[in-house]
Amino acid sequence: MATPIEQRGYAHPEALVSTDWVEQHLNDPGVRLVESNEDTLLYSTGHIPGAVHVDWTSDLNDQLRRDYITREGFESLMSRIGATKDTTVVFYGDKNNWWACYAFWVFQLFGHTNARVMDGGRVAWQKENRALNRDVPSYPKTQYKASDRNDAPHRAYRDDVFAHLKKQGQLVDVRSPEEYAGTRMHMPDYPNEGALRGGHIPTAKSVPWAKAINPDDGTFKPAAELRKLYCDDNKLSPGKETIAYCRIGERSSHTWFALKYLLGFENVRNYDGSWTEWGNMVGVPIEK
Amino acid sequence: MFQMFDPADRTGMLLSYADQFKEVPPSIATRPFPTSHQVPQCESDAYVWAQKMPDDTLKLYFAVENPSGVSAKALAAILDKTLSGQPASEIATVNCDIVEKIFRQNISMGKGMGLMSMVQAVSALAKAASKDKS
Repeated sequence: MATPIEQRGYAHPEALVSTDWVEQHLNDPGVRLVESNEDTLLYSTGHIPGAVHVDWTSDLNDQLRRDYITREGFESLMSRIGATKDTTVVFYGDKNNWWACYAFWVFQLFGHTNARVMDGGRVAWQKENRALNRDVPSYPKTQYKASDRNDAPHRAYRDDVFAHLKKQGQLVDVRSPEEYAGTRMHMPDYPNEGALRGGHIPTAKSVPWAKAINPDDGTFKPAAELRKLYCDDNKLSPGKETIAYCRIGERSSHTWFALKYLLGFENVRNYDGSWTEWGNMVGVPIEK
Repeated sequence: MFQMFDPADRTGMLLSYADQFKEVPPSIATRPFPTSHQVPQCESDAYVWAQKMPDDTLKLYFAVENPSGVSAKALAAILDKTLSGQPASEIATVNCDIVEKIFRQNISMGKGMGLMSMVQAVSALAKAASKDKS
């Protein structure tokens, strides 16, 4: 059984809630549970009672450009799920919360800081034999007014990565060791999504995302173990600017969350262009 | 027929198929399933078999080891219901485009490619069976 969150030594323990906490707040009108999965059918097979579905492809991504929704799109989404600025949004999902952390990260682009991640995601909830149902909840629509999207604190574009490289900033490659080494162009058991070159961004440290979790239930490891992993073993400093990346930004959202909220890295951004952009660009430096 | 559904109906229909998914029976294969039957690059850890019937048709069987692989289960059920009982030569012509027609924009690029690999695996087994006249 995982150590209680408040005893794990996290920098911002309030960003993570337990399955117990969620169970106790199932009927709390100030809390909105959001399920985000890789397989978009999964929500409909059964979800935490009262949870709404936010699909990373259709709800969070622009449907034309490779980008995220606009302020108007975010307002529409929040209004649809019945959230106000005071609503505590709690994310959870499959794949050990990859997409939950990704959705959480997109919400930060719009400044909805009243957000949490449920430790362990669907796996933990199901392993504890907690209830799921197929009832799709309906909440009264709100008139959510969002700020303009502000990517700068949380999101790195390719030009930011170039500038970061020049400054010898910290980079974390959270993909599998094989993808990092360039011997594999995609994560194990996944198809190649079109990167022409294998390898990693020069100077990036290889810290696969899964090292941050307990494999049995997907919960995050305590701060001391995370600190050893990122700071001691891989010489990453919480006070230095850091950029995390993976393939399209989903796994690195998970690491971004761990670095920023659990270890208190002061300036960490997610490069969502990730390897599907870097591995296709002409003339950029690559290491193997 | 799948194109005519609105998103909610499509989701309901796909779930209905996923609920009808039947795993490969022990008479055909047991765990650990041989990697020779594993669908490459499918993150749902899917397997496929094709059994040649006396009338020269094929019966398809599937396993989906990832419990969250709902889309893979739905596709497996659809492929079984529409292709099992057809001659191998006809099954061999099944086109990956059906994944886009069935799931539309409900899936990511990666998942779509994994599901297309399931269709390709079925086609490859059918091609092999149609060459095998024994």
